[in-house]
Amino acid sequence: MTSFHINDRAVRVDAEDDTPLLWVIRDVIGLTGTKFGCGIGMCGACTVHVGGRPTRSCITPLASVAGAKVTTIEGLDPEGRHPVQKAWADLQVPQCGYCQSGQIMQAVSLINDFPSPTDQDIDAVMAGNLCRCMTYVRIRNAIKQAAAQSRKADTDE
Amino acid sequence: MNRPEHQIVLSRRAFLVSLAGAAATFAFAPREALAETSGSNTFEPTIWYSIDRDGIVTVNTIRAEMGQHIGTAIARILADELEVESSNVRISAVDTDPKWGVMSTGGSKSVWLDFPLYSRAGAAGRIALIEAGAKLLGVRPSQCVARQGVVSAANQSISYGDIVRRGAPTRKFTPDELTKLPIKPASERRLIGKKTDAVDIPAKTNGSARYGIDAVVPGMVYARPKIPPTRYGSVVRSVDDSAAKQVKGYLTSLVLQDPSNLIPGWVVVCATSYPAAIRAADRVKVDWTLGDSAKVSEQDILDHGAKQIAAQQGGSLLVNDPGIDSAFGAAASTLERTYTTASALHLQLEPVNALAFEKDGRFEIHCGNQNQSLTLTMLSKALGVPRERIIMRTYPIGGGFGRRLNGDYAVPAALAAKALGKPVKLVFTRPDDMRFDSFRSPSIQKLRLAFDARGKVAAMEHHASAGWPTEAGVTRAGLPKAPDGNPYDPFAIDGADHWYNVGAQRVRALSNDLALSAFRPGYLRSVGPGWTNWAVETFMDEAALMARRDPVAFRLELLDGAGRNAGSAPSSLGGAKRQAAVLKRAAEKAGWGASMPRDTGLGVATTFGQSRTMPTWVACVARVRVDRGSGAVAVEKLTIVVDAGTLVHPDGALAQVEGSALWGLSMALYEGTEFVKGQVKDTNLDSYTPLRIGDVPELDIEFIDSIQAPVGLGEPGTTVVAPAIGNAIFAATGVRLRHIPIRPAALLLALRS
Repeated sequence: MTSFHINDRAVRVDAEDDTPLLWVIRDVIGLTGTKFGCGIGMCGACTVHVGGRPTRSCITPLASVAGAKVTTIEGLDPEGRHPVQKAWADLQVPQCGYCQSGQIMQAVSLINDFPSPTDQDIDAVMAGNLCRCMTYVRIRNAIKQAAAQSRKADTDE
Repeated sequence: MNRPEHQIVLSRRAFLVSLAGAAATFAFAPREALAETSGSNTFEPTIWYSIDRDGIVTVNTIRAEMGQHIGTAIARILADELEVESSNVRISAVDTDPKWGVMSTGGSKSVWLDFPLYSRAGAAGRIALIEAGAKLLGVRPSQCVARQGVVSAANQSISYGDIVRRGAPTRKFTPDELTKLPIKPASERRLIGKKTDAVDIPAKTNGSARYGIDAVVPGMVYARPKIPPTRYGSVVRSVDDSAAKQVKGYLTSLVLQDPSNLIPGWVVVCATSYPAAIRAADRVKVDWTLGDSAKVSEQDILDHGAKQIAAQQGGSLLVNDPGIDSAFGAAASTLERTYTTASALHLQLEPVNALAFEKDGRFEIHCGNQNQSLTLTMLSKALGVPRERIIMRTYPIGGGFGRRLNGDYAVPAALAAKALGKPVKLVFTRPDDMRFDSFRSPSIQKLRLAFDARGKVAAMEHHASAGWPTEAGVTRAGLPKAPDGNPYDPFAIDGADHWYNVGAQRVRALSNDLALSAFRPGYLRSVGPGWTNWAVETFMDEAALMARRDPVAFRLELLDGAGRNAGSAPSSLGGAKRQAAVLKRAAEKAGWGASMPRDTGLGVATTFGQSRTMPTWVACVARVRVDRGSGAVAVEKLTIVVDAGTLVHPDGALAQVEGSALWGLSMALYEGTEFVKGQVKDTNLDSYTPLRIGDVPELDIEFIDSIQAPVGLGEPGTTVVAPAIGNAIFAATGVRLRHIPIRPAALLLALRS
């Protein structure tokens, strides 16, 4: 039995300790926005936040998140209007959309860490997120737009 | 509509119908031509859409949504002619039903095929609503106009919703009347070509989009396949699941009995959770007798293709002009080159999967799919159940790229559900998915060109051998016939029948039967044009060099739009002159002819996209920089100009060209695998390495402003990029490479020799 928080909700999960967090999120908790792509942490489709850090849930054992706070795409913003999500919609980033939950979760961390990301920052931080539709040009532009929006919001506060 | 072109459309469709064995109803079903609907809650002028009492239009589409935003495009085509606001249109991606006719999404053809259908359906509805509205208002139809879902005459008006509420129109159209209905002139369009947001995008930013892999039903078990060592011919000798029994949640291992022999030698491992199924499958030991392809590798397939090309006999002649042999005989000089491409994998990010169960004597299959018609045929044979008793539920697709044109992955799920008597959700791990991919066949092509005594191009031959996807999907007898009477797969040779005027021409398509026996050749984004244009456009550069001409000028001269390259209305109106126009524009934009820094070069390529019946004119100039120390190629910029006729959803069009161009780059430099003893070498992202964000070049994409017939956009961008890169490498270094992918090691070797 493992207890943790997911999207501000306390959960207790009866699964083996080494069960990948991805399948617990998808099949036990029923949040299917987090996707399965490669199973070896190399595509980024399964990216969630654990304790605020981007984490590949497909290679994260359940036991390792005991007591932690996990955030998935569904929990990023109550209205689904996080600045990154808004930029993704504004710039019409998704095509098939399958990788985009992971891209968005990774991009949110990127902007937290680098409020004014350079192209090099984006290349480095987003390198682990594959987009098979190759929406990379728009991902880059959306990250810059979301970062600018977030900086503006911070200044306004 | 120009009749000959229309007939081509119909014959291609008829061909697809014969593949699927379903009746064609992709038009107004005759009996339903604007049937009376008085008393009902909706006006359903055709099976393709309905209008309710609130004026909400629901448009039905058989097209798979896989990121091309096809629903958005179709909704706007309909709404424009029907004169409703697009915000009042809902999109219904329908489940299978015989009434829909052929259900298939591929070949970049959706908008091209659907534009006439939904335009006329919309026009018919508008006319009927105006007539009914005029009657209710007590005026003549000619006094009325329809705009934004309202029929108005002078100072009075009535909404479509109210017309429906008061009995709906009764006007009927015969199928013949429908096909003759005029559609709006471009100047009257209110939605087509205007900026809009894609309807499917919001759900793809908040995790709420539900793909096939997200489907659940109560009581289902999870399953993972044990992929046999060879695609065909594997036989299960024994299964030892003793180690799997240690895995909590493991249920059973099923040896599938497939009467259709589509998936011989399959074992499916079932468990109460998917991670348990993954683990258990790792522990289940299966002893197989191997199929013959365990002895076949990539080079064997290419060698076999080379032998086919060397033999004068065999294959199908798409073009075989009289006088070609004498032109070569009389040539002052000739050029002959061979080009190859490696096996390439789809790696669509959502691994193939399907949920299947039997309920009340009917099978239900839940999965993303690009060709339900063909998949139903497969399922029917495997299950021994008539196709009317199988329904496929529709989901958005987490990456199509042609992988899901082949629905073979649904068959083991259905067979497992049948054997177990329970719902089975079969999910492939990434290695399972890649080992079971119907990947792009390796190809080998020989091209020859004859120059006459004046240095003019007098003749050209193109021989291409590859595994044919359509032959794998149906039977040889089901293929269309080339002019010489022999069957051929258009998807494996389109592109070789180019629009250059090269004098006497010969195009020969060869089915690589060794490839076909060893694996299941698939459709991979742009399919044949992905390899034929690699050859044609590299060869054109080599020919220009031999003729001591500039590569752009050399091509422009051959794109004279004469004879068979004149084009015809509606889809190819203007012919090769439109190809010349995009080429000129791309060269101009990219600064063609400017001097480049050291080890940097510009390379050009131009194609007509997917097929002569539906040309999308594309040109690309690539700027690359070569690192002579490592052989690494950095693509700095791609300048692309596209003439796709009318753009229904311009931002969607741009997105498709962005994605397809980068897909082409990825295929040229970063992808490609190798078939080794019956299996692909690469099975995950540790060794298969598609383009990542850091290697994306600057993109400069421009569309020609046009009101011509809309044509395809999902794939054409792919076809130009690899040859443009190869030609740019030549410009930068003087080294000519004739194989993709271009690996640094191969370039390094060539630089040093």
